[in-house]
Amino acid sequence: MEIAANGSRAASINLPSGSGQRRAAGRCGGWKLLGGTIGIFVSTPGSSSSPQVRQQGANMPFGNTHNQVKLKFTSDQEYPDLSKHNNHMAKVLTPAMYERLRSKQTPSGFTLDDVIQTGVDNPGHPFIMTVGCVAGDEETYEVFKELLDPVIQDRHGGYKPSDKHKTDLNAANLKGGDDLDPNYVLSSRVRTGRSVRGFCLPPHCSRGERRAVEKLSIEALASLSGDLKGKYYALKNMTDAEQQQLIDDHFLFDKPVSPLLLASGMARDWPDARGIWHNDNKTFLVWVNEEDHLRVISMQKGGNMKEVFNRFCTGLTKIETLFKDRGHAFMWNEHLGYVLTCPSNLGTGLRAGVHVKLPNMSKHAKFEEVLKRLRLQKRGTGGVDTAAVGGVFDISNADRLGFSEVELVQMVVDGVRLLVDMEKKLEKGQSIDDLMPAQK
Amino acid sequence: MASSFTRLFSGRNTAVALASLGVGTMATGFLLSENSSLAAEAKKKLYPPSSDFPDLRKHNNCMASALTPAIYAKLRDKVTPNNWTLDQSIQTGVDNPGHPFIKTVGCVAGDEESYEVFADLFDPVIKDRHNGYDPRTMIHPTDLDASKLTHGIFDENYVLSSRVRTGRSIRGLSLPPACSRAERREVERVVVTALAGLKGDLAGRYYSLGDMTEKEQQQLIDDHFLFDKPVSPLLTCAFMARDWPDARGIWHNNEKTFLIWVNEEDHTRVISMEKGGNMKRVFERFCRGLKQVEHLIQERGWEFMWNEHLGYVLTCPSNLGTGLRAGVHVRLPKLSKDPRFTKILDNLRLQKRGTGGVDTAAVGDTFDISNNDRLGKSEVELVQLLVDGVNYLIECEKRLEKGQDIKVPAPIAQFRK
Repeated sequence: MEIAANGSRAASINLPSGSGQRRAAGRCGGWKLLGGTIGIFVSTPGSSSSPQVRQQGANMPFGNTHNQVKLKFTSDQEYPDLSKHNNHMAKVLTPAMYERLRSKQTPSGFTLDDVIQTGVDNPGHPFIMTVGCVAGDEETYEVFKELLDPVIQDRHGGYKPSDKHKTDLNAANLKGGDDLDPNYVLSSRVRTGRSVRGFCLPPHCSRGERRAVEKLSIEALASLSGDLKGKYYALKNMTDAEQQQLIDDHFLFDKPVSPLLLASGMARDWPDARGIWHNDNKTFLVWVNEEDHLRVISMQKGGNMKEVFNRFCTGLTKIETLFKDRGHAFMWNEHLGYVLTCPSNLGTGLRAGVHVKLPNMSKHAKFEEVLKRLRLQKRGTGGVDTAAVGGVFDISNADRLGFSEVELVQMVVDGVRLLVDMEKKLEKGQSIDDLMPAQK
Repeated sequence: MASSFTRLFSGRNTAVALASLGVGTMATGFLLSENSSLAAEAKKKLYPPSSDFPDLRKHNNCMASALTPAIYAKLRDKVTPNNWTLDQSIQTGVDNPGHPFIKTVGCVAGDEESYEVFADLFDPVIKDRHNGYDPRTMIHPTDLDASKLTHGIFDENYVLSSRVRTGRSIRGLSLPPACSRAERREVERVVVTALAGLKGDLAGRYYSLGDMTEKEQQQLIDDHFLFDKPVSPLLTCAFMARDWPDARGIWHNNEKTFLIWVNEEDHTRVISMEKGGNMKRVFERFCRGLKQVEHLIQERGWEFMWNEHLGYVLTCPSNLGTGLRAGVHVRLPKLSKDPRFTKILDNLRLQKRGTGGVDTAAVGDTFDISNNDRLGKSEVELVQLLVDGVNYLIECEKRLEKGQDIKVPAPIAQFRK
């Protein structure tokens, strides 16, 4: 069942700023509805300076949920000090924009301050531009469009609010990719994320919602069969032996320590309703309730990216069907593609990468330029924010949105093939000038 | 359950859903025009308190001991006038299971009203933490008359420094876990304006954390005055570090004996200290400074959060009452090695810490000795307890030096339920 969550209904509430009164009709105070389990109290008009509106239930437990109370202060009084900040949110959020957006909230009560808290708390780095804002639910991207559209445009190479994103999970469309030289390409991996429509995202969800997502995921994944048959390990229940095995397999994820994640509220209630599922072959892995509802990973040793991507697409499609059978779609729309917690992961949410030996190429003066033209990025083999060890690099696609899954994996396959060819030339002392690619 | 939930999310079926929940026509009309509250209400219906109850089986803190599913069900959907919820109060205790030996509190107040709205949780937590003190029935004595303190000058061969600290909250503004940026800035404004009115030996200066120069920062570090962004997960999980370092700062008098932290774990932390053993003078300055600051904010129409059951209201329930920790750095080379040391401290209602403060180890033979209790005894009583206790410890040390034996004192009365 598809829910039209974007644009087809008013998803935001504009509260009059300054007075804080939510109901101009001014009905009598103290309506107790539904036998007292829901109480929406409305103040009698009169006291305009300190509204006594108490709205139960529109607040999910976290952070600045008392938006109406804040509205009695002016926008200038609430506007964050972003003078030392370097992230996408800080670049975009002007005082005027803050004023326009501060009275809004999504249907589940996620507010502008909730969106930006991580960017306020983490000024960033002069060289690395972080995003600085997160979504608490699918509607965040609609209600706070005015902030998130320019953030998305800045982060995703000029992607416009009117652009359409193409989804293509047909692995047969990938050309080649089974022929990367395993002497150089040590392992291949594709990951993405998926959000389950109807539940709040990790920064905002309640324990009940998070557990519901876990329960759904366990049921769906338990139905996988064949080479995808596997087992779920709840983080809070695993034995020492299981834990050690998962560490040895490099599967175990830990409570986030990055202040970027902690400041957004994603680590609340750890390790409740978090877990890891993987197939018996250890080539298909799903993280539940870490930074996104689901992170889906297909991986194996060697350079057969085609096989990795095949499994990725097959597995994802099967999981999507299993969720739909239980009445839940993934969050998706034709403008943003798959909707995830961090705006940087919109679209495909896809990072396809290899661990590849490039000791000569990585020392070449044109290495960065080549990567840039191929639309690839390098990381250390520990993942994001790590350094390369022994000339082995993690090379993956730089883009997420505006290209389909097939297109992105194709870029990685073609790009890595070229990099390995260049490496081989450099080994023989030859020049790579004639191999320099055009800008993709 | 899943499909009825998703139906509720689509506007068309809202009226039907509301009717099915037993809502009348007028109320339906009211609710329909508030999409936000409707969707959230629907969600609350679909997630009964039992689905949200935290898993506290591996937890050892006062909140986990007190919070039953019944209490949670009763309180989950309540909000304080500042829209602070139970889940927000307990988040730090859920995220930090605690230690088998050290029982942390595990919950915080977002505003003054938290202690009332969530009394079903906070009352047993307070009883647990404060030796059986019952906020429903007992009255907390406040006494800041420093002239009543006796024997408050220690032997400086043993006592290296003396210090008294407490906290104060500004009534009408949310506490650090809950406050918005504007509220926090308002706290800073109110406090800094008041402190500018202090004169004589209390005259001083404010250093905003965000604006201080490198030189000022280094000086404050050298004076051991500078506080940093909290790293303890007990505090960060309680949302106290949001927007750091906005509206945080340090004020101190020119003589560097009276110091106020603004917007760290509480609205204000007030510290009086000096080298040596003159606790009498430290406490006298403490009381005088506090009263003057209170007077200065009252002139502008503000007051401190206080009531006769809880005394001074602070963020953490452990600091209710006086919020007072009076302590010394004292050398006790022989006594600290005596196996009766811990028992003596317990009976005197004192605690030992390392000289780096809470959660640090002692260096050499020098200990930070301070009062255990905060609530149910007045400031004068607690500082007198500290004074009498430290004098006793020094007596023991001197006796041990002379090869004489020492006695474990009788335990001082606590509260009984």
